[in-house]
Amino acid sequence: MRKLSRASIVLGLLALVVVAVAYGARSHKSASDTLVFGSSADPVALDGALISDGESGRVIIQIYEGLVALKPGTTNVVPSLATSWKASAGGKSWTFSLRKGVKFSDGTPFNASAVCANFNRWYNFTGSFQNPSATYYWQTVFGGFKTYDPKSGAPKGSLFKSCKVVNASTATINLTSASASFLGALSLPSFFMESPTAMAKYGANQGSVDADGVFHPTGTYATAHPTGTGPFMLQSWTRGDKLVLVRNPNYWGKPAHLSTLIFRPIADNAARLQALQNGEIQGYDLVEPQDISTIKSDGNLKLLSRPPFNVGIVGMNQSIAPMNNLKVRQAVAYGLDRQSVVNAFYGGRGVVAKEFQPPSLFGYAKNVKTYAYNPAKSRALLKAAGLKLPVKISFWYPTSVSRPYMPDPTKNFQAFSASLTKAGFKVVPHAAPWNPDYLGGVQDGKAQVYLYGWTGDFGDPDDFDGVFFRTPQNQWGFHNKAIFSILTKARDEPTLSKRIALYQQANRMLMDFLPGVPYVHTSPALAFTKNVTGYVPSPVDIQLFSSVSVG
Amino acid sequence: MLRFVVRRLLLLVPILLGLSILVFVWIRALPGSPAQALLGERATPQTIHQINHQYGLDKPIYVQYWRYLKETSQLKLGTSITTRQPVLTEIGQRFPATVELSIAAALFSILIGIPLGFFAAKRHRTVFDHVSLGISLFGISIPIFFLALILKYVFAVRLGWLPTVGQISVLINIPHPTNFYILDALLAGNMGALWDVVQHLILPAVALGSIPLAVITRITRAAVLDVQNEDYIRTARAKGLAPRIVDLRHVLRNALLPVSTIVGLQVGLLLSGAILTETVFAYPGIGSWLRQAISDRNYPVIQGGILFVAIIVVFVNLLVDISYGLINPRIRLGGK
Repeated sequence: MRKLSRASIVLGLLALVVVAVAYGARSHKSASDTLVFGSSADPVALDGALISDGESGRVIIQIYEGLVALKPGTTNVVPSLATSWKASAGGKSWTFSLRKGVKFSDGTPFNASAVCANFNRWYNFTGSFQNPSATYYWQTVFGGFKTYDPKSGAPKGSLFKSCKVVNASTATINLTSASASFLGALSLPSFFMESPTAMAKYGANQGSVDADGVFHPTGTYATAHPTGTGPFMLQSWTRGDKLVLVRNPNYWGKPAHLSTLIFRPIADNAARLQALQNGEIQGYDLVEPQDISTIKSDGNLKLLSRPPFNVGIVGMNQSIAPMNNLKVRQAVAYGLDRQSVVNAFYGGRGVVAKEFQPPSLFGYAKNVKTYAYNPAKSRALLKAAGLKLPVKISFWYPTSVSRPYMPDPTKNFQAFSASLTKAGFKVVPHAAPWNPDYLGGVQDGKAQVYLYGWTGDFGDPDDFDGVFFRTPQNQWGFHNKAIFSILTKARDEPTLSKRIALYQQANRMLMDFLPGVPYVHTSPALAFTKNVTGYVPSPVDIQLFSSVSVG
Repeated sequence: MLRFVVRRLLLLVPILLGLSILVFVWIRALPGSPAQALLGERATPQTIHQINHQYGLDKPIYVQYWRYLKETSQLKLGTSITTRQPVLTEIGQRFPATVELSIAAALFSILIGIPLGFFAAKRHRTVFDHVSLGISLFGISIPIFFLALILKYVFAVRLGWLPTVGQISVLINIPHPTNFYILDALLAGNMGALWDVVQHLILPAVALGSIPLAVITRITRAAVLDVQNEDYIRTARAKGLAPRIVDLRHVLRNALLPVSTIVGLQVGLLLSGAILTETVFAYPGIGSWLRQAISDRNYPVIQGGILFVAIIVVFVNLLVDISYGLINPRIRLGGK
């Protein structure tokens, strides 16, 4: 009897713990002007010039502003810190009229000298700042730096030439060659305006390079004192735990509804959903397709969709025969049952792609050559190419990854493989983990046929067609001077109407030449609790929270 | 005793040297590079070459290793490639969280596992015995991430009793002088924060403690069954000692010897960071840190982190060996 009671003491204690926990049952509801957003990781740094990741951009866009912005929900370039701009000298010189009376959150004025201080800072980066992991977007948009360091491998020569202060509210950016795509690129967080005073005070350009060659900032600017003109300011940042922004009381525009905006890093997708269901966060991005039905059926949650701004592609490498034969590439295009794949695996959130750029972007052509599923035509084309059926191809697909444009690559591969088999091919599968094995193999030009894709960074067709096809690349393995030159011309043309015509022509050429087969554009989803209003999903991955409120 | 400790500490040198070579070669044998991992689809052969060059990854592996060894011997563990913070700083931020979680999981598994195993042995072949065996089998066989999801679903999403992610509620602000959140809450004198931190610990500790709980229960049960039949127990009973005294002073104390070995090994494992548990609960410890580093091919963090974890495991094992002498005076450490 006594012994039995001891056993029950243990159980009793357990029960007590449960009761105590229940007694402390918590209310997770946060204050009505506070929003907690579940991010997938901590930002790398809060200095736009030094980042290329989405989670840094998500925070930076709340703190800083660029000369131009994207109209909410679109990729149309609209005024921000610049109220208007004008190109001259054939697109080589851009003069920006700046918004007057704007101050950085440290109280210093935003003016033409601040604009030039920022451009000159980027252009004058040396040493490990020239590393593409640090200044990826500068190198993508503007190329090289003032001092060419052959050891760094950064490109020689820069699109940027100089910045001139015309008067306090007018600045001119001079380029070394005409470019129009650079204007849209100025909406990227990497080109946002930062307080020159705060950067100097908190050592934004200070750092050392350790034995591994990794740049190590010694200043506190990018971690504790980011200073911009945006609607929010940094209050505190505890890595792995939370990043807290508060409303900027001196913001020049409409003040943010939220007084506090907190980003909480949660790497695991299922954990983000459970945290949302439990009220610990009020929203998160990158909703997995398998969670969509759970969110839709939960009365407390809602789903928002981004306009499609990505493309899924079946790539073909022309350096690996017989992909150099146009008839074979056409046979692949006719042999891919794209409609069935989009219907089956995208949960109603995808449309079949006809071009390499999304339809919402200017330059999309209406009358390109299309390739509806037709296995008989594929076989005929293969025979016309003088090949014996079935034609063996090595088809690469990634594992352990989910991208907005391919939530489940394995299923895409299986369906495409089946339809290609009917079309006269013998498909040899080649699977590899997405990053870095798969991407490395594809970009090194080792993959013959492969699943690939892209999510746009800013509203310019150069960010789609140009990224892939403006220059020779191992992964496509072709040298088509006509395509390279029209895409370069389209990027540099200052007049919008002419650019549109050039990109339309380029898209028609691309769909004739068929370096790959675009197959899907999708709408990625975000989840929020029902009481969150005012969030306008942007086609690019980041957007402002200033219009958001918690009801 | 001292000789034993010194000898064990000296043994640490070849162990760490061997481990460092293993880790160094292993992560470089993985396909891909930090450059590829950093830039993803946006990497080009030029940028990959550039980053490899800057990080010295294009040099022969023995040159890289020699440089790494020189740096490490001066306690320079390098800088994280993704966050650009010193690895040592990040360990200082992350390790306290892992220690707190490990202690909570160890308490959970020891305080429940030892009594459960003891009473199961005392009630050998009764319903209680079978149930406790069943619980331990369940604890060993259920995957942690699944248990974590179920626990969160029941106690957080359905019942709303406990939080699902993190170490402390985002709306609570306390200074973190030590990075041990329980200690920080006590130092701040903020009981609300303390209770919040404890609540955040419960589910991850239960999930993480499930395997040690099962192991400890089974070992305790087996050890008690063994010891119960020893001659000295019969003698103790025969000379009329109260059953409770026999159980506590003779049975349990002798049975605890194998149990302490297991506890030590398990705690060593817990301290090395629970990769799955920390990831599923977004718990900012060593485990979730290393997981991210491996997927980012963040060489300095993987190298420094694993080396650190190895040192911890070796030290915990040393402590376990020393504790033998305390539990059982018959064992003399370093004896002939």
